[in-house]
Amino acid sequence: MKVNSLNMNGFLIAWLLLLFSLSAHAAENASSPPPLLDALEHLQQGTFNEREKAIAQLASIESERSLPILHALLDGKLFLVKSDNQLVIGEDNHHGYDLFDAVSGIELKSISRDEVNKINLTNALRTSLRKTIGQLELNSPVPAIRLAAVHAMAGDADEKTLALLHRLASTEKEPRVKQAITLIFLLKEMNSTDNALRLQAIEQLKEQNSIEVINGLHAILDKEVEGNALETDRQVRNAAKLALSEVTRRQQFYSTIETVFFGLSLGAVLVLAAIGLAITFGVMGIINMAHGELMMLGAYTTYVMQQLMPNHLGLSLFLSIPAAFVISGVAGILIERGIIRFLYGRPLETLLATFGISLVLQQSVRSIFSPLNRSVATPEWMSGSWQINDFLSLTWNRFYILVFCLMVFILLLQILKYTRLGLEVRAVAQNRNMAKAMGIPTDKVDAMTFGLGSGIAGVAGVALSQITNVGPNLGQAYIVDSFMVVVFGGVGNLLGTLVAGFSLGIANKFLEPFAGAVLAKILVLIFIILFIQKRPRGLFPQKGRAADS
Amino acid sequence: MEIIKLSKDKTSFVVLGLLAVITFVIPLCNVFFSADSVFHFSAYSVSVLGKYLTFALLGLSLDLVWGYCGILALGHGAFFALGGYAMGMYLMRQIGTRGVYGNANLPDFMVFLNWKELPWYWLGFDHFGFAMLMVIVVPGTLAFVFGYLAFRSRVTGVYLSIITQALTYALMLAFFRNEMGFGGNNGLTDFKEILGFNLQSENVRSMLLMLSGITLMGTFFVCRWLVNTKLGRVVTAIRDQESRVRFLGYRVEMFKLWVFVFAAMIAGIAGALYVPQVGIINPSEFSPLNSLEIVVWVAIGGRNTLYGAIIGAVLVNFSKTVLTGLMPELWLFTLGAAFVVVTVFLPDGLVGLLRHRLEEQQA
Repeated sequence: MKVNSLNMNGFLIAWLLLLFSLSAHAAENASSPPPLLDALEHLQQGTFNEREKAIAQLASIESERSLPILHALLDGKLFLVKSDNQLVIGEDNHHGYDLFDAVSGIELKSISRDEVNKINLTNALRTSLRKTIGQLELNSPVPAIRLAAVHAMAGDADEKTLALLHRLASTEKEPRVKQAITLIFLLKEMNSTDNALRLQAIEQLKEQNSIEVINGLHAILDKEVEGNALETDRQVRNAAKLALSEVTRRQQFYSTIETVFFGLSLGAVLVLAAIGLAITFGVMGIINMAHGELMMLGAYTTYVMQQLMPNHLGLSLFLSIPAAFVISGVAGILIERGIIRFLYGRPLETLLATFGISLVLQQSVRSIFSPLNRSVATPEWMSGSWQINDFLSLTWNRFYILVFCLMVFILLLQILKYTRLGLEVRAVAQNRNMAKAMGIPTDKVDAMTFGLGSGIAGVAGVALSQITNVGPNLGQAYIVDSFMVVVFGGVGNLLGTLVAGFSLGIANKFLEPFAGAVLAKILVLIFIILFIQKRPRGLFPQKGRAADS
Repeated sequence: MEIIKLSKDKTSFVVLGLLAVITFVIPLCNVFFSADSVFHFSAYSVSVLGKYLTFALLGLSLDLVWGYCGILALGHGAFFALGGYAMGMYLMRQIGTRGVYGNANLPDFMVFLNWKELPWYWLGFDHFGFAMLMVIVVPGTLAFVFGYLAFRSRVTGVYLSIITQALTYALMLAFFRNEMGFGGNNGLTDFKEILGFNLQSENVRSMLLMLSGITLMGTFFVCRWLVNTKLGRVVTAIRDQESRVRFLGYRVEMFKLWVFVFAAMIAGIAGALYVPQVGIINPSEFSPLNSLEIVVWVAIGGRNTLYGAIIGAVLVNFSKTVLTGLMPELWLFTLGAAFVVVTVFLPDGLVGLLRHRLEEQQA
């Protein structure tokens, strides 16, 4: 009901404004028509010639409505309403169009598809329109739009655009836009007729990180079918060859960095999944096959939090972290008190019992939420990527997960090192009987340790919800991997887990390009299986008396 | 000699008797009674029973490894699936020109992938004998290589469990790939006939059931004999006190390897019997969950008894069939609860519970 009344209000206001603007138009029409309306008049005419004229006119007048109208025209979103010949911009909704007045940009009513006529373009018109838009956008006050416009022009710049760019270059303050413009000029010079200029351009282009430079240099070095070089000048060819090798070498360097980053971020996910396990498995000697499902609980907590406050994505994500820690932690403590404590000293039985728990948890989630995957939205600041240059862009969500992983890891180390709980955990891990004799309540410490490990699994689940689907099988997908990480790193060694997670992640990503994702994973698994044969206690084996047991 | 010993072991006697009834009476019933008689078993129930028997065989092989040798192998399903694939490859080659594409030289999925010729590892699978050899050799070789590496470097306990799980997980990922040439996601299916007999026919199904039963009983005898030999006793000793056995001068890793390979071969045979009865083999047989389920059969039935594994496999799978039919949601709850209850309260499984009761009554 509330929505409806709001709509009605909006509708009324729109109508009033429309009436107002119409009367205003009428008043202006009496003298001379304002340029915008005049231009639109041309658009409404049927012929393509008129439309071309209108586009040119729209580009020349200084109206802030020009760009949206031209964009709409290019995207096929500009319509004429059949009934009153009004020019409107229509946004597709699933049963028709939401209309906006082309002149004022005010929202009008929704309308069905057959009540409007689309204003069509020819291909030639579309090409010139695209260029016109680009030229207009060069003057935009927003640097990002200017930059995009310059990039869009890099492909084919005609004289007029070059002139525009020249003008822009002299006034431009934003270094990235400036650099992009320089790049276009250099590319132009590289293909000019003056060989000295070309050599100079190639010399400068060597320093640029851009796909276009590579394409341009390739074009110079291209050969005809008979094998003769298209480029006749040997000096230019040699310079191009040199420049190309330098640029591609840099490209490879950046792509290596990118691979390392992707590897680190994959490693971060593995580490997050594995450190909880490293505590329960490493410190307590418990094989917790339900660990993956505790992660799944964390991921579902994020989902529920988001359902509770759909308008605060960022906040709900932050609140999910403690919430997931508590929920998974409590679940962990319940599992430990309810089942595992009866099975101490029987690791194989623990493995089976916790596996049973994992099945029950999976099926509960399936029954409560649905067997289908749930999508968890990503806040604005976590989506998109950090474009460093043409060759290197890092996705934000992976970046944040990497940071988050390190934070969790450091926090955990501090807890184990400086808190009373940490001290007791280490004491029990080293020598249970002696710790008991010193008055440490081992039962309580066991429960707390297990709760801590499980809580971290929950926190890992929050991170996972940002990069994969949240579903009942989420945990299973990670359980084998995270065991591998713990075993590879050396049981009972948190730092080993960190190193193992990151190295496995990086190894995986480096193998992927030439082996494919699945084969890379198989190769890594085989490697670990063989590695364990060689060093059964992992990369960093425990030393001293604790290792004997 | 064995028969005499057996007559003293009442439980084994009962289990074998039941097996013999399933193996011989059901197919005979189907031959003698017409299709609408009460004593006639439908083709469906015959192949379901046959499936249970192959699972029992699989459980038996795991009991040998886990119950007697103390190796909790979480990748035992891999050997089963490999045996199944070997059989599936033979059955695929038997389709001949009756596939969708009617290509006599290539299975359908290879035609679909635009492959021009049969990969080398498919050669020879036209011959039944060769395929049956592979059913044993392939799982055996994998078990030998894996076991040799693992046991020699003394990987034991949970570490071994986890890397066996990784092994089957890796194999699952590999077999999901189309490039592997084993039908990818869909696996091998649409089988027509085995040794010229139509797989859809009821008599062939009865025969397969009978064959599974006979193999199971035969293997049961062999295993029983085996665990009572000196070798079997050393293996049991390794389970209880590995280092002590080593200090006594036995080469522990060789004994373990022997049992592991032998069990893998039995699992392969079980897989080969399973595939023609269900009519499909696909990579999900490699999934870690499947291997864990085998462990549950043995745990529920009662390990270290051989017949416990058979009882467990049949019982669990029977309840799985019933429950997934009635309430699919309940199955995983039940299975999960079974894991917990058996490990916490019934370390010796159902067989142990029964035995305990009997002893109480006698006392």
